[in-house]
Amino acid sequence: MLNSTLTALSAALAAKTISSEELTRLFLDRIRALNPRLNAFITVDEAHSLAQARVADERRAGKGNAGPAGPLTGIPIAHKDIFCTRDLRTTCGSRMLEEYTSPYDAHVIERFAAAGTVQLGKANMDEFAMGSSNETSYFGPVRNPWDTSRVPGGSSGGSAAAVAARMAPAATGTDTGGSIRQPAALTGVSGLKPTYGLVSRYGMIAFASSLDQGGPIAKSAADLALLMNTMAGFDARDSTSLERPAEDYSRELGMNLAGLRIGLPKEYFAEGVDAEVLARVREAVRWFESQGAKAVEITLPNTGLAVPVYYVLAPAEASSNLSRFDGVRYGHRARDAADLADLYRRTRAEGFGAEVKRRILIGTYVLSHGYYDAYYLKAQQVRRLIAKDFADAFARCDLILGPTAPSTAFPLGAKANDPVQMYLNDIFTIPAPLAGLPGLSIPCGFDRKGLPVGLQVMGNHFSEARMLGAAHRYQQATDWHLRVPTVTPV
Amino acid sequence: MILLTRSPASVNAGFPGLFAHFPAPSRAPRPPPMSLTPDQLQRIATLARIDVGSDELREVTERLNQVLGLIDELQSVDTGGIVPMSHALDVQLSIRQRLRPDEVTETDRRDDYQKGAPAVEDGLYLVPKVIE
Repeated sequence: MLNSTLTALSAALAAKTISSEELTRLFLDRIRALNPRLNAFITVDEAHSLAQARVADERRAGKGNAGPAGPLTGIPIAHKDIFCTRDLRTTCGSRMLEEYTSPYDAHVIERFAAAGTVQLGKANMDEFAMGSSNETSYFGPVRNPWDTSRVPGGSSGGSAAAVAARMAPAATGTDTGGSIRQPAALTGVSGLKPTYGLVSRYGMIAFASSLDQGGPIAKSAADLALLMNTMAGFDARDSTSLERPAEDYSRELGMNLAGLRIGLPKEYFAEGVDAEVLARVREAVRWFESQGAKAVEITLPNTGLAVPVYYVLAPAEASSNLSRFDGVRYGHRARDAADLADLYRRTRAEGFGAEVKRRILIGTYVLSHGYYDAYYLKAQQVRRLIAKDFADAFARCDLILGPTAPSTAFPLGAKANDPVQMYLNDIFTIPAPLAGLPGLSIPCGFDRKGLPVGLQVMGNHFSEARMLGAAHRYQQATDWHLRVPTVTPV
Repeated sequence: MILLTRSPASVNAGFPGLFAHFPAPSRAPRPPPMSLTPDQLQRIATLARIDVGSDELREVTERLNQVLGLIDELQSVDTGGIVPMSHALDVQLSIRQRLRPDEVTETDRRDDYQKGAPAVEDGLYLVPKVIE
């Protein structure tokens, strides 16, 4: 059961071979055994999870008034601790929100509740989703299930590690510059960042609003499609939510790969990328070619500017979004403030960690008088060049393949003191959100150290079904996504 | 369609190696690299309403300057005539602000919202003295 896909779990629940309560207990037991080792969860409330599971079982039995059961009814899911929940505290990985319980549920949480899923707990993450290693969490780093001396990636590191270690059959995540895809790659699971606007940001604590997008993390592309069918959808409370007809993200799982044009950006196969990572990605490309897909060399010439653009725009938006944490309405408050200004300054100095403060300060600087045009406006202009690179590329290919990250999981502490090296780890995941494009990562092999390698698939706007279809076909022919790390309880 | 009023022929930052900070060919006149002094940082910290203690000032300044060095790569790009992109899908969609009828749609949940506040009294949020 721990290794079953959502489709298999759904069938077992429908056939009554297992109840949601039993299934939920199984994962709660696993969390209790492994969380002291991995620190993938910040908050777990077993009684709450089991109560939800019993409601799901009643719904499966045709009782209650929640309507007929759906495919996800009774399936336990971990939620990144950035999604506001009324029943469990929402910390966003920060001391600022250590004691915070939201008065409302995020739209994503509402949709999963309506589908009858069970909240398994709140997954650890980099503080306010700012990090690529999960080391910036106030609640301590998450460890990579494949090697606990290494990072799981970030910022959705807890979600990815939980799925990899089979502490949850699936999880939610968010991606601003790679926060779903990079941890999925580093922990050997599958993760999708959808087209900007498909998943409502209502109740998803804001980091950089022009980039933030929620998405699923699971064991397979087929599971991602199933989760997207629940997660995506219009929400009037998010002004950037797209009004589109509902779509079935599973509809192209049986797609034919013959004639599919696969773009290989030469900038993604360049010097500086780990040789073993490139070798695994090239093997995956050859598999697609063996199925009749056509590889096309393309160029995304402004790739090298994506990280600098991101580190202007994301901190600028963050400095504005995080101004709401003032110690007055909710969250941490400094004691014995002399006056209001002192309250603000000390509350924020105490409540935020070093990386969050760094980004707020950068954002404040690039937006400040005399620098706005030179940095913020300039970055928005270069952002358009990056989007144009993709528009040109998609005239020549259907999907883009490349590495998700330039290396496999690195040791804890290896980049913690060098922000620039940490930021460059996101070089291949930052461009897609800048252009609003969807991207996914699936495992495509291992390096000599036994660490998973991620294959990134990017597509044009709204091409999720096709991306998932291609990924699913690959997963039908390979078993990288079925490999399970051995984690020994403490 | 991409909103370029002028061909970006002069834009080619190149990709000379992942960890080389992407030194792009310098085609536009570059201002001196951004670098902050501890005093300037202190001013920004005041604007951001974050206390930076004197013991950490030097380190924070140094780290920030590392990041600013990275950002500085943007100055080598000629962006003349390029329309800034503020929304990820501004080209794909004709973005129009959604409007709704001006009706009351939310109920009064003040007590709920104030439950998590550090200090409230009679429905008001309490803050330290603002004016003597």
